[in-house]
Amino acid sequence: MGKPKLGVFKFASCDGCQLSLLDAEDQLLAVADAVEIRHFPEASSRMEAGPYDIALVEGSITTPHDAERIQQIRRDAKFLMTIGACATSGGIQALRNGADTAEFMRAVYASPEYIQVLDKSTPIAEHVKVDFELRGCPINQYQLIEVIQSLLAGRNPRTPRHSVCLDCKRRGTVCVTVAQGTPCLGPVTQSGCNAICPSYHRGCYGCYGPAAQPNLVSLSTHALNEGASAAEVSHNLRNFNVYAPAFRNESQRLTDQIKEQN
Amino acid sequence: MNSSCSTTGETADSQVNHWVPQTAVIREITPEVNDVATYQLALTDPAAAEAYRFVPGQFNMLYVPGAGESAISMSGNPESPEILAHTIRVAGNVTRSIAAMKVGDTLGLRGPFGTSWPLEMCAGRDVILVAGGIGLPPLRPLIYRLLAERQQYGQLHLLYGARSPEMRLYTEEYHLWSKGGLEIRETVDRSSPGWHGNVGVVPLLLERLKAFDPAKSILLICGPDLMMRFTARAAMQRGMTAEQIWVSTERNMQCAVGLCGHCQLGPEFICKDGPVFRYDQILPYLKVEGL
Amino acid sequence: MSEESQTEIARSCFLSTEQFAKLFEVLHALDYEVIGPTIDQAAIVYDRLTSVDDLPRGWTDIQEPGKYRLEKRGDDALFGYVVGPHSWKQKLFPPVSTLSVADRTDAGWQFTEPEQELPKFAFLGVRACELAALKIQDRVFIGGPYVDPSYQGRRNKALIIAVNCTQAASTCFCTSMNTGPRCKAGYDLALTELADGFVVEVATPEGEIVINALETQIATDENQRQAEAARQQAVDQITKTLDTTDIRDLLMSNLEHPQWNDVAERCLSCTNCTMVCPTCFCSSVEEVSDLTGDHVERERKWDSCFNVDFSYMNGGLVRNSIRNRYRQWMTHKLATWIDQFGTSGCVGCGRCITWCPVGIDLTREVAAIRETQT
Repeated sequence: MGKPKLGVFKFASCDGCQLSLLDAEDQLLAVADAVEIRHFPEASSRMEAGPYDIALVEGSITTPHDAERIQQIRRDAKFLMTIGACATSGGIQALRNGADTAEFMRAVYASPEYIQVLDKSTPIAEHVKVDFELRGCPINQYQLIEVIQSLLAGRNPRTPRHSVCLDCKRRGTVCVTVAQGTPCLGPVTQSGCNAICPSYHRGCYGCYGPAAQPNLVSLSTHALNEGASAAEVSHNLRNFNVYAPAFRNESQRLTDQIKEQN
Repeated sequence: MNSSCSTTGETADSQVNHWVPQTAVIREITPEVNDVATYQLALTDPAAAEAYRFVPGQFNMLYVPGAGESAISMSGNPESPEILAHTIRVAGNVTRSIAAMKVGDTLGLRGPFGTSWPLEMCAGRDVILVAGGIGLPPLRPLIYRLLAERQQYGQLHLLYGARSPEMRLYTEEYHLWSKGGLEIRETVDRSSPGWHGNVGVVPLLLERLKAFDPAKSILLICGPDLMMRFTARAAMQRGMTAEQIWVSTERNMQCAVGLCGHCQLGPEFICKDGPVFRYDQILPYLKVEGL
Repeated sequence: MSEESQTEIARSCFLSTEQFAKLFEVLHALDYEVIGPTIDQAAIVYDRLTSVDDLPRGWTDIQEPGKYRLEKRGDDALFGYVVGPHSWKQKLFPPVSTLSVADRTDAGWQFTEPEQELPKFAFLGVRACELAALKIQDRVFIGGPYVDPSYQGRRNKALIIAVNCTQAASTCFCTSMNTGPRCKAGYDLALTELADGFVVEVATPEGEIVINALETQIATDENQRQAEAARQQAVDQITKTLDTTDIRDLLMSNLEHPQWNDVAERCLSCTNCTMVCPTCFCSSVEEVSDLTGDHVERERKWDSCFNVDFSYMNGGLVRNSIRNRYRQWMTHKLATWIDQFGTSGCVGCGRCITWCPVGIDLTREVAAIRETQT
């Protein structure tokens, strides 16, 4: 049996997650040694057809063409894993979901009739079965290597599901919300970044998406009680993971509240 | 709490660093049933091997570097601790890694840990062992011990439930156990061609057990939480008290020495206060959903 | 220091503010790494100190549920605050530490203890509730049949310089837990800060060595009176209470109380309360492997019963809801801890209240259960 065949595929995204993989250098070489990379546009012009043992998919589905292309990749791949917030929850471009895409097109493009685009930016899992979702904007390179190594070793990957807060505390970072009143999504966001933003006195933007069983309503209720406006709180949820169900629902709930009040 | 149990915890040597495993080598691998095999391990350090003793009911932490540790009950004969038998079902990363190993490979071992089955309470009584599925291995050291001192006990029963006839463990030993004076009754959840025995849950075996004096019996159960509760209930309906029933519980045991917090159930650290508990002591917590 | 080495009768003296500044040189000369309060990240944290100027001179902390702010005091007090987000467990039970090392050799896997020199800490500014917390963690890590060697080594070497509270926060309830605010035992030296210096109580030979290296004066009756008044001020400022009457049975006989659902509506299960708690000791171990996989270290990291995967077993979660996780935390802290270690796991420091991002106050949760117990 030869080495497992790996393909990396890009949809609507900034390429940052693929770059994270390239950034891993030493580890990447070890991984590259263990797999046969057949398709990785960011790294090599060599592009070979499937089947693939492992397909890493970056980016969200935003065009009719992409919606077809992902079906073929799924057919070609034994194990399909999304990498990053775009592929996993629709990405920052999912901000357009729920708004008038046609109007955006008219505003941005001189000849919008040449643009073929779907109304929504959607995660890969809305189109095909996904075997594993790796969170993050961008992904954590060590987590990516861990998942690939675990696949090769036939074990379950270790990608913790706890909140960002646990990482802040392990680092000795003082809570920016409690000590400085800075809004922070850390308590409802999954770990993965090693709590980098609070260590620079900034609140968490939720790059790794909702933590398991997140209590969004409590967090925003507390923020409102502390004097934040529903618009602000809702806005904080509208980021790289705006279309992740937990963030999307809470943001929508707050928006509905604002509408009711007006 | 379990004053009648021998607890290695109480006599643990405080100078020993319990975090560092011993090297153990796989001497023999016996496939049992689908996804289950028994591994005979030996400690490679002669002094450690010489000093190693365990009592029925205890477990070891087996360690595969890179994959992690897993709590595995001792399933061999306590009279021959130079060979440490562990019957392991593939369930997670560690057990999957062990399943990929071969004779001569090494792994880490910490232990033994935990409380034992109450042998001294068994003396002079009828002993009923109840096992569900992979719950039989933790009882096997006790079976060896009971049969070795057969005259000290009254009737000996083993009530064993497996998912299917093919999933029954240690079947090649039943003949010997029966001859030694252990009455074996079995049931399966799902029958298959050739099976003429019972079909149904384990507590049924207890309900049907004849010639059984609840007052002078002791019941030792190992299996899933729910199975143990239903079996204990059946026993109590037949007149046994919770003080006559002992169960081997399972939780997420990680450190095995009561320092990591994972395996708590109410006030108990399952790893060091258990895994074997007298039923009346653990029932208040076992019955609370999600405790 | 250990509890046993402490003498019953503490000798008392007066240390001027100028002489106190020399304490740092003395401690450094004795090879101690001084850990104490200093301002960082808009809070008074515990970190390595080099001189008296690292102390939060003239600052205090204002605390309420879910809120902590630093404020200028208007004087030059060095210890004019209460407690902050850190606790001493950071140093004795570090957030990340190596437990064992595995190396693949020709003879198979070999396992060894990690090579590490244990630090020799001098903890400066330990509060009474924190002395109680140290004693509780001692029971967990040293007091049972299994000893944690790293904790024990660090603990035995540590010098404890307590500083009595002279004020309290709105979140403090040490008087309810019988742990403070007066430092009574478990220290080498205990200080009470006055306007021009400190009244020092010397409790151990290790404390004697340090204090003998400084110029002290006899503590006058006036010094003692001022110290007592300063300490009384802290007592008088404590407003929060936790009724601990039969608290073990109260909680354990109300495991299905509707209040658990109520608090689950508010709790984020974010782990903050457990992380800032000076007694919480839960941890998990991770495998840290080099690229070859031939050298693997087992790394212990702080973990929490609020982490969703903490109770994972056989493909499922035992405590698969915020309700069950909050119930586990509170019943452990206030009830089953007593079964396990003969003491409450709570010292009344109020950190879990202040540092809860949504300001959940465990004393109010207990009160709610008590009022409507079933």
